[in-house]
Amino acid sequence: MITLDIHKRLRAEGGHMDLQINVRIQSGDWVTLYGPSGVGKTSTLRMLSGFMKPDNGSIVVSDITWFDSVGKVNLKPGLRNIGYVFQDFALFPNMTVRQNLEYARKKGGNGKLLTTVLEMIELGDLQDQKPASLSGGQKQRVALARALVQEPKVLLLDEPLSALDPAMRFKLQEYLLRVHREFKLTTLLVSHDISEISRLSNTVLVLEKGKIIRQGSPTEVLLRHDISGKFKFTGVIISIEKADLMYVVNVLVQEQGVRVIATAEEVSVLKPGDQVMVASKAFNPLIYKLNV
Amino acid sequence: MDWGPIYLTLKLAVATTFILLLVGVPLGNWLSRTTSWWKPIVETLVSMPLVLPPTVLGFYFLIAFGPEQFLGSWIDKWFGIKLVFSFPGLVLASVIYSLPFMVQPIHSGLSSLPNSLLEASQLMGKSKWKTLLKVGLPNIKASLLTGIILSFAHTVGEFGVVLMIGGSIPDKTRVASIAIYEEVEALNYTTAHTYSLLLLALSFGVLLSVYLINGGYLKRFWR
Repeated sequence: MITLDIHKRLRAEGGHMDLQINVRIQSGDWVTLYGPSGVGKTSTLRMLSGFMKPDNGSIVVSDITWFDSVGKVNLKPGLRNIGYVFQDFALFPNMTVRQNLEYARKKGGNGKLLTTVLEMIELGDLQDQKPASLSGGQKQRVALARALVQEPKVLLLDEPLSALDPAMRFKLQEYLLRVHREFKLTTLLVSHDISEISRLSNTVLVLEKGKIIRQGSPTEVLLRHDISGKFKFTGVIISIEKADLMYVVNVLVQEQGVRVIATAEEVSVLKPGDQVMVASKAFNPLIYKLNV
Repeated sequence: MDWGPIYLTLKLAVATTFILLLVGVPLGNWLSRTTSWWKPIVETLVSMPLVLPPTVLGFYFLIAFGPEQFLGSWIDKWFGIKLVFSFPGLVLASVIYSLPFMVQPIHSGLSSLPNSLLEASQLMGKSKWKTLLKVGLPNIKASLLTGIILSFAHTVGEFGVVLMIGGSIPDKTRVASIAIYEEVEALNYTTAHTYSLLLLALSFGVLLSVYLINGGYLKRFWR
C-alpha cells in the first residue's frame, strides 16, 4: 500500500501553486492521474520517485518510509525500487535492447525474468538492436520491459503512449494490461486520454490546481452520471460538417470513425479534438459475432 | 636535423592531454550537474586561458613557482619537483593553458544529454560514477574526441607560455615551436622550414581526423 501525503509549493504561471496530494493506494491498484497540464501530475510522480523533494509530508510504501519531512527521511531514488517509464523513453543510446535490460537488472535478482519479459513483450527479435533503429512503439515496449526487469514495487508511467498514433496506442495498452495481470504491480499512470484511462485503470484521481478534486472509478469520475445509455463509448471529434439544417460530427471511437447527427446548439460547444462520449438510449444495439 | 624538439612536443602534448582527460571529465561533469553559486566562477576560471595572453599566465606561473618563492620552494622541498624551466612545469602550465579545450566540449556534451537518461540510471540504483562511466561518457564520444584532439593540438601550438616558464633547454623544454623561433633567429631557414612543415602537417592531420570522425565520413566508407 502507498500512503502519500505531500505538499509542495511549485512555481506556476502567474505566481505559485500549492501541490497538495493526500491519497492511499492499495497494492496492485492501477491509479491514473488525470487533469490539464501544469496541475502537478508529473511533479507528483517525481516526488514519489525522489527526484523532487516535497516541502513537507510523508511517503510510506509497504510500511517503508520513503520520505518524511518531520523524521528527516529522504530515501535516494535508487533505493525506492521504482520502475519509471519516461515520456521520452530514456533508453540508453549506447546499449542494445538487451544491454539496456541487463543494465537495469537488479543485482542478485531473478535470472529468468529478463527472458520472460523479452518474450512477454515480444522483443526477442529486437534484442540486439540499438534504440536509434527502433520505432516509437518499439522504444516504448523496451522502456516498459526495462522498468519491469528492475523488479519494482511500484510502476510509474508518465504519459507513456502520448507520442504514438492511435493504432499503436491501442496495441500497447494490450501489453500494459498483460503486464499488469502478470506482475500485479501497483501502477500510477499520467494520462490525458479518456479511453485509455477507462481501459487500463481502476481508480482515477482528477487534479485541478494541485489538488485532487474527484476520485473514483473511471466510469464514475469521467463520464456523466445522468445518462443511462444502452451503450456508450468515448472518442475524439475529428471534424464537424454542416449538412442542411443539421450538423454531422465525425468521432473517432477507438480506431473506428462514427458519424453522429447533432443540432446547431449541441455543436456550439464542440470543436475538433474534444473528448466526447457517444451514447444511444432509444435504440437497442445489434450484436454480430465476428469470426476472427 | 635534431628530432629532439619534435619528440619533446609530442611527449608534452600526450602527457598534457592525458592529465586533462583525468581532470576534464570530473570538472565537466560537475559543471553540467551543479546549480551551485560557484559555477559561474569556475566556468570563468576555466575559460580564462582563452582570452588571457600566454605571457600573463607564464608570468604569474614564474611568480608562483619560482625557486625563491614560497610555493615553488615548498613543492621542491616536499616533492622534489622544480616547476620552472623543467618538463613537469611545462606539463602543469599546458594543462592550465588548454583546460577550456577539454572541459568545454565535455561540459556541453553532458549538458545536452536528456536528464531522464541519468535519472533512469539513478532509479536502477547505480551510483553517479557508474552512471557517468556507463551512460554519460559513452553517449558523448564525439565531444570527448573533440576535447582530446583540441587539447592535443593546442598544446602542440603553444609558444608564449613555454617561452616564459620553460626557456629553451634542449630535450627538456625546447619544444618545436621554440626551436623554430631560435632557428630563424640564427638564420637557419632550412631547419626552420622542416620543423614548420612538420607542425603544419601534424595540425592539419589532427584537425582533419576530428572532422572526418565526428562528421561520420569514415563510417560511410567502412560500410
